[in-house]
Amino acid sequence: MHEELQPLLLTFELAVVVTAVLFIIGLPLAYWLAFSRGRFKYIIEAMVSLPLVLPPTVIGFYLLVIFSPQHILGHFFESILGVRVVFSFLGLVIGSVVFSLPFMVNPLKAGFQNFPIILKEASDCLGKSRWQTLASVVLPNIRPALLTGMVMTFAHTIGEFGVVLMIGGNIPGQTRLASIAIYNEVEALNYSTAGLFSLILVLISFSVLFVFYYLNRKSPGLF
Amino acid sequence: MIKAHFKKQMQTPGGMVWLDIDLNIAQGEFITLFGESGAGKTTFLRILAGLTQAEEGAIKVGGQVWFDSHCGTNLAVPKRSIGFVFQESSLFPNMTVRENLEYACRGQKSVQEWINTLGLNGLEGQRPSQLSGGQKQKVALARAIVRQPQILLLDEPLSDLDISARLNLQDVIIKVYQKTGITTILVSHNLSEIFKLSKKVFVLEHGKITKTGSPQEVFVKDNLSSKFKFTGEIIKISKDGVLNILTLSIGNQVIKMVASDEEISGLTVGSNVVVASKAFKLTP
Repeated sequence: MHEELQPLLLTFELAVVVTAVLFIIGLPLAYWLAFSRGRFKYIIEAMVSLPLVLPPTVIGFYLLVIFSPQHILGHFFESILGVRVVFSFLGLVIGSVVFSLPFMVNPLKAGFQNFPIILKEASDCLGKSRWQTLASVVLPNIRPALLTGMVMTFAHTIGEFGVVLMIGGNIPGQTRLASIAIYNEVEALNYSTAGLFSLILVLISFSVLFVFYYLNRKSPGLF
Repeated sequence: MIKAHFKKQMQTPGGMVWLDIDLNIAQGEFITLFGESGAGKTTFLRILAGLTQAEEGAIKVGGQVWFDSHCGTNLAVPKRSIGFVFQESSLFPNMTVRENLEYACRGQKSVQEWINTLGLNGLEGQRPSQLSGGQKQKVALARAIVRQPQILLLDEPLSDLDISARLNLQDVIIKVYQKTGITTILVSHNLSEIFKLSKKVFVLEHGKITKTGSPQEVFVKDNLSSKFKFTGEIIKISKDGVLNILTLSIGNQVIKMVASDEEISGLTVGSNVVVASKAFKLTP
């Protein structure tokens, strides 16, 4: 039974890791995109949103090429760090981080942009540093945006298929995620297992979204 | 002592205007900046606070250079010893009243002292969304003053309040000033407020200071008249038979007076008027 559930456990492990990594990367990136006036901002903004419009196979293909041992980056990881990216859990994390980037960055950016600038100025006038203002005033007041970014990233990672199949492959216990396992089971005409996996994914995704909307309903408005 | 001389180009509804300031404010003075919308009053406060940067000039406060375009000095906002009360609410919604004050100053004693002084007892656990407009501005004032800044900047903090809240907060501002003696700069275009609160007025027109003096000198030109004059704000216009009754707020007093149809034409609730009387009697 444990072996059968391995794809589900791996999927949730990946979703948790990707959400955590993207929160750490997405927060400063979204802050910069929200307040920067530089011309490069628009290039970065377009790159961040690219996964929304590109087929997952395209992103998966490029990642597969870039991280293959024949290319500089893949060679660096394999020979210098001793880590293989393609067809490994690390590859799944990198692919998912790239593919889910807009789902974390865009809600956070909107949260920063909608944050009343007067509150930031009031904190500055009270002698607070940029970090104190961010931690005590900005982040607590954009909590719905933080929650949206995390939940969307988590849910989107659970549902990935194309990118993770391209860069991770289909190695049982290592890179076979629930979405890929469902595909395999259907191909093998094993509909009962595919149905069980699908039902579990639906229930968990629904629960996550339900809790998200419930918490967002309870979060106090700004004024 | 505040010494400020600077220039800043401003975008106004009438086009680009240069804010051209050159003024000195003595330590402990309570002054008011008076002027029409777009005259540069708020921009002046923001430049003093460092929230907006002047194009050229210098600002020196108590011997310390806060801004000097020639030397490239521009002290960061958090390093300027200011308390700023904005026109709209700037309380942090995620914090209670007490937490807002404690965020400004960790000293529990000082926070409690200001809660007591400004009559905020009972509101400490409330969030800003649960407060009235007057209470919000009172807490904002307490938060600005609790860290004992060198200068208190008040950017029309009373303009969005109803008359009773406004009168109450005027008294609170006087109380704060009397208790601390802090150099205070108030932006206002309300004459009764200016007469009640400040000793000195700077009139700002199209970015330039055109008049300076006491409220009496600036707003009541004919000082040698035998008439007794005072400035007030209309809080109600009513009719009693053929008579028009104006209810005025003058200082702490609310008075009623009769006015002709001609006198009240063009006046509305909130208009400022100068009331003059030739016959008056003093009683000890």
